[in-house]
Amino acid sequence: MFVSYKWLQEYVDLTGITAKELADRITKSGIEVESVEVLNKGAKGVVVGHVLEREQHPNADKLSKCLVDIGEGEPVQIICGAPNVAKGQKVAVAKVGAVLPGNFKIKRAKLRGEESNGMICSLQELGIESKLVPKEYADGIFVFPSDAPVGADALELLNLDDEVLELGLTPNRADCLSMIGVAYEVAAILGRNVKLPAIELHENEENVHDYISVRVEAAEDNPLYAGRIVKNVKIGPSPLWMQTRLMAAGIRPHNNVVDITNYILLEYGQPLHAFDYDRLGSKEIVVRRAKAGETIVTLDDVERTLTEDHLVITNGTEPVALAGVMGGANSEVRNDTTTVFIESAYFNGATVRKASKDHGLRSEASMRFEKGIDPARTKEALDRAAALMAEYAGGEVVGGVVEVNTLKQEEVKVTITLDRINRVLGTNITKEEVSTILTNLQFAFTEDHGTFTITVPSRRRDISIEEDIIEEVARLYGYDRLPATLPVAESKPGKLTPYQAKRRQVRRYLEDVGLFQAITYSLTSEAKATMFALETAKPIRLALPMSEERSVLRQSLIPHLLEVVSYNRARQVENVAVYETGAVYLANDENELPQEKERLAGALTGVWHANLWQGEKKAVDFYVVKGILDGLFALLGLEKRIAYKQAKRDGMHPGRTADILLDGKTIGFVGQLHPTVQKEYDLKETYVFELALTDLLNTEVEEIRYSPIPRFPSITRDIALVVDEHVIAGDIQQAIIEAGGELLKEVMIFDVYKGDRLPDGKKSIAFSLRYYDPERTLTDEEVTAVHEQVIKAVEQQFGATLRG
Amino acid sequence: MKERLHQLQQEALEKIEQASDLKALNDVRIAYLGKKGPITEVLRGMGSLSPEERPIMGALANEVRQAIQTALEAKQAKLEQEEVEKKLAAETIDVTLPGRPIRRGNPHPLTRVIEEIEDLFIGMGYTIAEGPEVEKDYYNFEALNLPKGHPARDMQDSFYITEEILLRTHTSPVQARTMEKHQGRGPVKIICPGKVYRRDNDDATHSHQFTQIEGLVVDENIRMSDLKGTLREFARKMFGEDRDIRFRPSFFPFTEPSVEVDVSCFNCGGHGCNVCKGTGWIEILGAGMVHPNVLEMAGFDSKKYTGFAFGMGPERIAMLKYGIDDIRHFYQNDIRFLQQFNRV
Repeated sequence: MFVSYKWLQEYVDLTGITAKELADRITKSGIEVESVEVLNKGAKGVVVGHVLEREQHPNADKLSKCLVDIGEGEPVQIICGAPNVAKGQKVAVAKVGAVLPGNFKIKRAKLRGEESNGMICSLQELGIESKLVPKEYADGIFVFPSDAPVGADALELLNLDDEVLELGLTPNRADCLSMIGVAYEVAAILGRNVKLPAIELHENEENVHDYISVRVEAAEDNPLYAGRIVKNVKIGPSPLWMQTRLMAAGIRPHNNVVDITNYILLEYGQPLHAFDYDRLGSKEIVVRRAKAGETIVTLDDVERTLTEDHLVITNGTEPVALAGVMGGANSEVRNDTTTVFIESAYFNGATVRKASKDHGLRSEASMRFEKGIDPARTKEALDRAAALMAEYAGGEVVGGVVEVNTLKQEEVKVTITLDRINRVLGTNITKEEVSTILTNLQFAFTEDHGTFTITVPSRRRDISIEEDIIEEVARLYGYDRLPATLPVAESKPGKLTPYQAKRRQVRRYLEDVGLFQAITYSLTSEAKATMFALETAKPIRLALPMSEERSVLRQSLIPHLLEVVSYNRARQVENVAVYETGAVYLANDENELPQEKERLAGALTGVWHANLWQGEKKAVDFYVVKGILDGLFALLGLEKRIAYKQAKRDGMHPGRTADILLDGKTIGFVGQLHPTVQKEYDLKETYVFELALTDLLNTEVEEIRYSPIPRFPSITRDIALVVDEHVIAGDIQQAIIEAGGELLKEVMIFDVYKGDRLPDGKKSIAFSLRYYDPERTLTDEEVTAVHEQVIKAVEQQFGATLRG
Repeated sequence: MKERLHQLQQEALEKIEQASDLKALNDVRIAYLGKKGPITEVLRGMGSLSPEERPIMGALANEVRQAIQTALEAKQAKLEQEEVEKKLAAETIDVTLPGRPIRRGNPHPLTRVIEEIEDLFIGMGYTIAEGPEVEKDYYNFEALNLPKGHPARDMQDSFYITEEILLRTHTSPVQARTMEKHQGRGPVKIICPGKVYRRDNDDATHSHQFTQIEGLVVDENIRMSDLKGTLREFARKMFGEDRDIRFRPSFFPFTEPSVEVDVSCFNCGGHGCNVCKGTGWIEILGAGMVHPNVLEMAGFDSKKYTGFAFGMGPERIAMLKYGIDDIRHFYQNDIRFLQQFNRV
């Protein structure tokens, strides 16, 4: 809402308060003033000039040579390029020495050999936006009414000495979508009175019912419909002051009748519509829901197909307006209109909203209906419009009002105690202070022993409960006067849940071993949604996605991590190690929420470790990633319950991928990307993992219990076993552990060999076994006995032979 | 004989002096103190001496031995020391060569901000509540006093999946769910961090996915002044002890009264600069007293209980705190961006 500072003064006395100060006061008490704009944008030195002569420029087709009286002695010669300049016009002249917006200084000049002492201005040149300039002046200079005094300050006449406050209104403050509403707010802030416009309405002897009747067939959508007839109007421009106010508010002037309806919309917040009575095609107005498929051509010359959701104003047979949104072209007020039917109605916000949304038509009118207007002003606004049409369009107001009113307006009363106000706010506001605030708001109220009973005026539809009154009191009392305290309550310690605490530890661990935390989007493309997923479900698709790329909820974090790797590689960051924790979304039944499971995923590529001058350089490989995960499982106390199993998965290297099992159940996987996927993302050798974090963190683990520090020496024996190359180390290790029994405390693989010194198809794996008894020193014989068993077991199970 | 001994001593001490390494010194020891050495030989000749002279000569011989021995030891220590020094000198390294790099990642800047805020409120007795990102219209809107058709729904264009299910547009539904779980009994004291989604085109200041942290306290006798005190405490811990806050009236459907909260500019201290656009204040929070409809819908008696709620955007806080100019950085995950947040 744009509020003209000058216009506002008609309703509330602003003496002693500048526009800027007013803006600050309004902002502080609840409505944000987004800007205060000085309309002249620094322009000065522009006066009204009278074009005494106009002739063709001798050397330029498109220029005119004008002799202009600017009220300062001799008329001056000005060269003008506007096509519409003509003898006899009153125009805006920027004198020599004048400044136009953008700090454009006017100097004496010669144009194609002819002297020019100033500039005849268009409204655009004076700083008015093109879209607001009346159509007839859109491509040329502005012409003042003929009674404009020569030499007068043109900027003042155009009200460009005004300042405009732009209010950023929250949806609850629809009351301030009108000048009168703003006046009430300002009056409450300043503690001053509101002056409402005086309406001087002179009706003729005729009866409006002889002209028109109204029937409302959709009372829910339209609880109040009122109209008046104004005859003998003469369409022409509206008065300059009205045009300038409309432009200041962001509305382009058209003609007197249309301008008056818009002026009332701004003044009262009541949208009006003016129909050309003679073009209505009948003597009745019927308000009803549209029939499916019915059409109307609106004022913007677009044919619109309607549905039963839309409310229309009809002439009994066909629609003449889309209620509350836009009028129909068929009944539009034109230059030859003589009789006007003015509609002032209260339409249901939701109905208007639907129509405005369906047709992509958001107008000043529809916006006000959507947010809710004050029905108490509907008829007053109608009367004021009729009076103005009589005054400024030469019309004659036909006696009476046609009206259908099924509105049930209940008075809103709120009762609240002073004690409650202070208890909720934590203040010590007095009874008197509350009374003053309510008085300034012009709320009717009674007070009895600290209990206030307030009758809320209909303009403040946002107020209906105690808390609303508390807010009114608080904002006008001033939030800066609110004390700062802390809740007085039994204080309980705050703490992360075990899950949250573990998740943080997992993150810290991964970061400390070298991975960066990434956060990527949850929405992805359909193709990527299920790729790499540990579990898949029917993709969850947005009803109205903004793009295919962000249309479906992800079921794995890996695809977007690969995008991260790819993004970095494209920017010469070759070594990338990232992880992410986040939800994946698995659909349940149609109307149920999906399951959200937290996943932990990572992607690593390039050099893992390098210290080049010492000759160290290690690329990321499977075992680097596996080592990171082993550390993670150890951190979570799960290392003994985890197993890796060779696996085949879509998108993964068939020989370099392992499923990860926790207590025998798959909870994730790790491996190298399939080369074709690597190519797709433009990656080099890249390793990824994804784990079911929710399951991992929810797995119960025993608390740490101390075990005694070894007091006796342990004995270590190494063995190198030659086995078939398909035998896997994990199986041998498992067999060793089983055969080693109680005394075997640790088995470590320290060498794997395949090559010339062994027969084809064979490999050797060397294990280091550590034996220990916490109770005593082991003897060589005891260890040898167990060690023999171990060797026997691996010989039997894997055909292993000891390597000599 | 006496002369011979003195002469030997003289000779030995000279040779010891001349010995340049441990081997040479050892040769001297063997030459003079060995079983076949000259002193032993001299002593063997003692048989020819008179019984009176023998003890005198013996004592002298021992003295000479002792003197040589002492000199040998001293020299040995000196040579050993030199040897060590030589060896160490040979071991000198170039300490300016780079150390073996320790690879280290770090949390995402948003996590950094979120965890800092979490910890701050945990310190004030809050717990962290989490909830689903795909949410029912009921919890996202209706339970927060935003019935269907409410004009304020315009404020947030949402990603719907079905008519009743959408991606949550704020973390407020977690508040509604948590209150519901409390079955009308306070106190509730939570903060809710999480991802939220809105139908925005991604640009420098908008992101269709972003994060939010909301706080909620519901109890008997919670006052709006408590909200002010709590948020001032938060602002001071987060942005510096000399920060102040101010409330500006605002509107949110789920709180009444509602306020926007500004923090005095941590860049200029409130004098006005480009960070605060010259106002001295930076808007960082929305807050208010929980709307009675919200309390009632979640099963709380709004006559008995009051509460406050607040919400803020970690992206905005991170952008202000670290001077980040484009919200897309958070979701592009450029390593060169992420690794800037790798220290205290």
